[in-house]
Amino acid sequence: MTAMLTGFGLFLVGTILAKMVRIVRGPTVFDRLLAVGAIGTDTVILLLVIGLIYGRPDGYIDLAITYAVLNFIGVVAAAKYLDRGEIGPGHGETR
Amino acid sequence: MTVLVAIFLAGGAFFLLVSTVGILRLPDFFTRSHAVGKSETLGALLTLTGLALHLGWQLSSAKLFLVIFLIAVTNPTGIHTLARAALRSGEKVWTRDKGMPYGPNPLPKPGKGWDQFRSAGEERDLP
Repeated sequence: MTAMLTGFGLFLVGTILAKMVRIVRGPTVFDRLLAVGAIGTDTVILLLVIGLIYGRPDGYIDLAITYAVLNFIGVVAAAKYLDRGEIGPGHGETR
Repeated sequence: MTVLVAIFLAGGAFFLLVSTVGILRLPDFFTRSHAVGKSETLGALLTLTGLALHLGWQLSSAKLFLVIFLIAVTNPTGIHTLARAALRSGEKVWTRDKGMPYGPNPLPKPGKGWDQFRSAGEERDLP
């Protein structure tokens, strides 16, 4: 089982390195942000796989929850900033 | 149980690989967001379900289902927000017709219904 988890972790590292190509040569900033979000999701899975390989998944699951929330907040904040130049309620919005 | 975990991990690995190929090979931001928003989410859900089955009945498994719920909600939401920002800031949508920088048109000329769809799409206000 540990060998299978290790192989899956190496596969995840490979997909992360392949997605970094899109960060480096993405034509627009949205492509780069898209690849950053996808890499964040892969990183959450990779943290859990590492925790299971080391045999103590408790702390790593807490780290994964925190990383998922921070990834979501980062992507949404960057998208809002690129959308209208500020974060928070825009011009004429009340909510 | 090990076989079940292996099946879930293999399915998740397949969809994560599809997402990676899509983000590298598709021609446009919107098509790439299509690849990431669905395939990546499904791959992550299958993988984390397999890891939860590997853990068994624990408190960690419940936390893992919290991570599954979090990814299933937040990943498509983030991609949607990004695509909305790209559309409002005037990102070009890739088509197979003239005006696209990716080579000649390999398909026959589209019919009347497609023209109506395109004119309706051009006159529509952005969301």
